[in-house]
Amino acid sequence: MNILVGIRPESDFKNSQDFISDGLLDSFDLVALVSELESTYGILIDALDILPENFCNAEAIAKVVVKNGGNIE
Amino acid sequence: MKTIFHNKRISGLLSVVPQNVVKFEDEVNNYTFPPKQTLRLQKVMGFKQHRIVKESTATSDLCIAGLQYILDNNWLKKEEIGGIVVACTYSDHFIPPVSSIVHGHFCLDEDVFCVDMSQGCVGFLMALNEGFMLLDHITDKKVIVFAADVLSKLVSKKDRNSYPLIGDAAGIAVLETCETENDIYSIVYNNGMMRNALKVPAGGSRLAPSRETAELKDFENDGNLRSLNNLTMQGADVFTFVQTKVPPMIEEILNYAQIDKSEIEKFLFHQPNQFMLRKLAEKIGIPYEKVPMNIVEEFGNSSGACIPVCAAYNVADLLKGKNKKYCLSAFGSGLTWAAMVLDMGGLDFCEMLISDC
Repeated sequence: MNILVGIRPESDFKNSQDFISDGLLDSFDLVALVSELESTYGILIDALDILPENFCNAEAIAKVVVKNGGNIE
Repeated sequence: MKTIFHNKRISGLLSVVPQNVVKFEDEVNNYTFPPKQTLRLQKVMGFKQHRIVKESTATSDLCIAGLQYILDNNWLKKEEIGGIVVACTYSDHFIPPVSSIVHGHFCLDEDVFCVDMSQGCVGFLMALNEGFMLLDHITDKKVIVFAADVLSKLVSKKDRNSYPLIGDAAGIAVLETCETENDIYSIVYNNGMMRNALKVPAGGSRLAPSRETAELKDFENDGNLRSLNNLTMQGADVFTFVQTKVPPMIEEILNYAQIDKSEIEKFLFHQPNQFMLRKLAEKIGIPYEKVPMNIVEEFGNSSGACIPVCAAYNVADLLKGKNKKYCLSAFGSGLTWAAMVLDMGGLDFCEMLISDC
């Protein structure tokens, strides 16, 4: 959640079920988010996993991080 | 199409870029987004600056400036030209073709074969294919290939998704037959079912340009203002298409040429943006340093001209030196994706001309 707030400080992520359709993240934010997740977790996210549905809420983001070898414990 | 061209080579490369450099921070107020939010893209997307032509400049002006420079330097004689192939998205007029404008400007011989191709980002590779095929019929002369565009006139200045990324430029290659054995491997693929992913909706015979088509609107409800006369792009679809289709094509062409990716000196790819190229390099399994990806931030994405701009900016000295293997690849409107593996070296010239266009 800290990463998301860092990218879009003005967005209310806690009260959203879908960051994309609620307009909290746009395509450029996804690029920023992928870059931040890669450096934070020391992973490379597969290009084919960079789909809006994989970044639409905190649970989906956690899943994609784990799928690409990240440890979110 | 998958083919091999025999005994042909690129003997010279020139890129032409306008001298007018526009900084990203000077354009942030053009967009509907808060400037602070827009400025964040500098870090995220690597937006820095792009080169934009004058209001009065058309596509042929960049081509003519480049060919004049080549002739002035005696790298080519007018009498040696047997064909002109021009690939562009936004030609000067519907008719005459840009190739005819270039032909007329230089008063070339009447038997010079001139042809234009309506092509976007794959323009340079499509024009190379056309040029190499043409050389089979014009063996005693050279074919001049142009990939040029002035996208700044086609993309809305209020479209923050696209305008900061684009730039204007021309790339020119001189093609000739050669005595020595030199096989050039080429693959071109198309998927017209995805044709709407990159589109200029109005301006052609489907929808004539009018006051209505020129009206700026927020069609996608994303804060970007475009008219129907402007380029539109379904960015997410294009990104997935590139990451899905290009890596297997690169593997296929390396197998076709029977070489390992480690034998390729540089992968000179079309330059959509740094993030897409980085992900592409990861997917293909090649180190970032083998894939120059600095053109968007310095010049902007100039569609078909990107590969020659990238070559002149990053590997000019290499290309004038010893023969080495290069892999060229581009992807874009159509949707079309293409690759070429070839030996390049000992070029008569490989330069970037900063033009007052």
